[in-house]
Amino acid sequence: MERKKGEYMKERIIGRVKRVNGPVIIAMGITDAMMLELVYVGEIRLVGEIIKLEGDNAVIQVYEDTTGIVPGDNVYGSGMPLSVELGPGLIGTIYDGIQRPLEEIYTISDHFIERGIRLSPLNREKKWHFVPGAIKPGSPVAGGQVIGTVQETISILHKILIPPGMQGDLISLVPEGDYTIDEPVGQVMTQNGEEQVFLMQKWPIRQSRPVKKRLLPGLPLITGQRVLDTLFPVAKGGTVAIPGGFGTGKTITQHAVAKWCNADVIVYIGCGERGNEITDVLTEFPKLVDPRTGASLMTRTILIANTSNMPVSAREASIYTGVTLAEYYRDQGFHVAVMADSTSRWAEALRELSGRMEEMPAEGGFPAYLPTRVAEFYERAGYMDTLSDTKGSVTLIGAVSPPGGDFSEPVTQHTKRFVRCFWSLDRQLANARHYPAISWLDSYSGYLEEVASWWEGEVGTSWSEDRAEIIELLQKEVRLQQVVKLVGPDALPDSQRFIIEVCTLFKNAFLQQNVFDNLDQFSVPLKQLKMLQVILLYWRKGSQLVRGGVTLLKLKRMKVLQDIVKMKMTIANEDTDQIDQLALRLERSFERMESIYA
Amino acid sequence: MPDSYKLHDVAKRLLAGREYIGVDRIDGPLVFIKNTHAVGYRELVECVDETGRTRPGIVLDTSTDIVVAQLFEGTSGLTMPGTRVRFSGKPLSIGVTRKMLGRVFNGLGHPVDDGPFPVGDVELDVNGKPINPTARVYPRDFIQTGISAIDGMNTLIRGQKLPIFSGNGLPHNELAAQIARQAKIHGAETDFAVVFAAMGVKHDVAQFFIRSFEESGALENVALFLSLADDPSIERLITPRTALTLAEHLAFHHDMHVLVIMTDMSNYCESLREISTIRGEIPSRKGYPGYLYSDLAELYERSGMIKGFKGSITQLPILTMPDDDISHPIPDLTGYITEGQIVFEREMYARNIYPPVAGLPSLSRLMKDGIGEGMTREDHPHLASQLFAAYSYVKDVRNLASVIGEEELTPLDHQYLEFGETFERKFVTQKKDEDRTIEETLDLGWEALSLLPPEELHRVTEEELEKYYGR
Repeated sequence: MERKKGEYMKERIIGRVKRVNGPVIIAMGITDAMMLELVYVGEIRLVGEIIKLEGDNAVIQVYEDTTGIVPGDNVYGSGMPLSVELGPGLIGTIYDGIQRPLEEIYTISDHFIERGIRLSPLNREKKWHFVPGAIKPGSPVAGGQVIGTVQETISILHKILIPPGMQGDLISLVPEGDYTIDEPVGQVMTQNGEEQVFLMQKWPIRQSRPVKKRLLPGLPLITGQRVLDTLFPVAKGGTVAIPGGFGTGKTITQHAVAKWCNADVIVYIGCGERGNEITDVLTEFPKLVDPRTGASLMTRTILIANTSNMPVSAREASIYTGVTLAEYYRDQGFHVAVMADSTSRWAEALRELSGRMEEMPAEGGFPAYLPTRVAEFYERAGYMDTLSDTKGSVTLIGAVSPPGGDFSEPVTQHTKRFVRCFWSLDRQLANARHYPAISWLDSYSGYLEEVASWWEGEVGTSWSEDRAEIIELLQKEVRLQQVVKLVGPDALPDSQRFIIEVCTLFKNAFLQQNVFDNLDQFSVPLKQLKMLQVILLYWRKGSQLVRGGVTLLKLKRMKVLQDIVKMKMTIANEDTDQIDQLALRLERSFERMESIYA
Repeated sequence: MPDSYKLHDVAKRLLAGREYIGVDRIDGPLVFIKNTHAVGYRELVECVDETGRTRPGIVLDTSTDIVVAQLFEGTSGLTMPGTRVRFSGKPLSIGVTRKMLGRVFNGLGHPVDDGPFPVGDVELDVNGKPINPTARVYPRDFIQTGISAIDGMNTLIRGQKLPIFSGNGLPHNELAAQIARQAKIHGAETDFAVVFAAMGVKHDVAQFFIRSFEESGALENVALFLSLADDPSIERLITPRTALTLAEHLAFHHDMHVLVIMTDMSNYCESLREISTIRGEIPSRKGYPGYLYSDLAELYERSGMIKGFKGSITQLPILTMPDDDISHPIPDLTGYITEGQIVFEREMYARNIYPPVAGLPSLSRLMKDGIGEGMTREDHPHLASQLFAAYSYVKDVRNLASVIGEEELTPLDHQYLEFGETFERKFVTQKKDEDRTIEETLDLGWEALSLLPPEELHRVTEEELEKYYGR
């Protein structure tokens, strides 16, 4: 196992191990160490972080298995907080929770992850083609400013930024050419003297990157999933929680959004979940084509994998690692969507570490600071005016796995306080294989007003009304179903049974969406709205006719309905005018019926 | 390297193996020893009592002043002054070899049949190491179990971990044994082995499995690790790890396809709770430790397929849900880790349906990629989806019927009731030695669906209706 010898240079011994209890180590004899400092434990150099200082003792959270660590082993300090490397080469890579490249680990280790491996997150040898920006030497520069670009993948033009906090006058910029991430591309005269700018910069994961200004989100994040976009839309820069018991489809929903949403960059964090799910993403994403750019989906995706059998404490770090990478791309003016699957595992990691430190537990054994941490995490989302004078966003979509499917548990409850969009997964729907099993009763979106103007301007002027009408129908249907359960459907008048019919049609034709069907897996906004409108047409005209005395059976037997139910699977995104034709056919059949019954 | 470290390192090597006489506290399966040399976390410990019996254990907590060790064979008969403790300086490991097939061991891997102690080809740490997700191969090979409720509705895939959520008195052992006997890959000759880990189960359960393997003539391909109900409860914590270590060796060294049956995971979790309570850890739900999820994941994730290896590990853990409650922490956390679950329903079993696989809560997550054209049959995905949808409606109709009476139901609802009955009696129900091909299973599914009018079948295509409906 090759180690970067150079990196040891800055190390110093800061103390010795006093006690080992799982991933928590207490070190003694600590005099010069700082909070959250990155440390290495023992000669095998396990990566850890100082989370508490007390007298000459320090509590260290270790990100690797501590088997074999002995009291008396040395603890080495690195002099800096746990940080990630940011620069070209991130896209398309799969990292563990502390940004170690798993593919490279696989090439040097075997199929198991060995301990104590330290590898550079970014490729140090690869040369990137750097194109300097229009900025002239001598002009003042400040953190976040773009000094040039690198074409990172087909879809991503990576902007090279002055690291936040650096300010001064640009002395020089290298000419266009190929450079590694370790070669300086620019020099800046700052108050502290000359400083160099590289293609790569570092940033501590627990600190959010600065921006100019927080803006109100207004653009919808189009996911191509009808129930989400039409009923419960999320805005770019928004926050979403997806709670659901096991088997209700959290991961499938996250995968579907990661595949088809219109973000520029996707950061997918597999936090304490199944290994095979990550493998699924790894085998499937490179084969899928982004409908907007025509390039492979992997050219816009970064994966962070800390599966359930990998060390617990790295799980805690993984979501911060992911969101820091996302912020870096946001600072370049990209819209980034972060999927965290699942935040409950992260909260459980907090609980485990807190327990090992013998802290006083609050609700459900979770530490009292759980809500603070949840809030801090979700506040890193947002639609921002960046330091590079562009607009970028980070959208956070966190899955929540409530124990026993009980939403009253602390993680779901605290998450609910800090997100504005709630996609609640329903066990009953999942059992009936109604996918996505998103409950239209318990879910909500706080972004309706923000995104309505986009939908009405870009897709159709009646979007808000249409949406409100179907939601109202669904609400009515629930009450009617309760009556049906007590006395049977025959007790209801036809006008009310027609509501049930329309809702059944809406569920089958619109809400259910098959992520494995080539035509159905992704619906453009126009197709979504037209589909909704055809169903509403059936409702509006049909309910008039029912009032006029037409029997329910006649309305149920309309031939065009068969085609409406299957339109999601037969009509492609480009051919939405075929839905107009369906609407025409529907109208004509209604006219015929009217002429008979008038 | 600094001098202080050199000294420490030398001391570490010299002191390993040194024996301490007398311990400072004994509490349940835990012993506490003060004033030792620097002992490593999770290091193997051996305790020798006054009669000379040696009991292995591991270090759970180590510090400069006190070391806590957990003994797998319990602490009964140990005395504080008379116990001698040796630290080995290395983690608990087991020697594994292919020759372990056909043998019976205790939870620590020591033979309990009359055979000799097997000499391992290689010593492996029983805790294993996490598999790099980039090294995994996504499992997609269909395993035909010959059981319609599984093959048709909850397909088992090679490399999957699919638990059986059962209850006391339900036929989970019969089903697991039937799967082990009948499982085969469509048209492939394979090197097959079964690793069986029993945790806290009764003697007759273990005997049942041994007999079942004997009858099918497969016993020489089975390794059994038995930690039975009267063995020390703490041994159960190591039993699945020992078994999985052998399974990994067989799969990724000898290219074998290994089926690991672990029963009963509820007993395993209870032992974990016992240790946690004795150590005074902060409990989470129902007194189980907060790390129950991570601990179970360490076991369940030791399954799958790896690039460059022909073998695979398929896991079939069995757990009995306390009070048939699926939201109990054990089934709940298991369901979050495993790739689906086969859930048993007591009510079905009472109606004499075997296997009593509940239609709706059962699920196989890997099914989608292992079925369909070229793998099972082209109509399989839609057929399964349609059966689920129709059966789910049957449940609604039955609820309604129990309120308003069957007579009040619409004709269509009556058809659904008939479908439900046929589905349960002909499709799900089968004999304990009945081995159906996938084609037979799917045809039975169509037979049931053909009781419904074709316009009710939204999830199958016109072509499939044309080809299979009413045949």
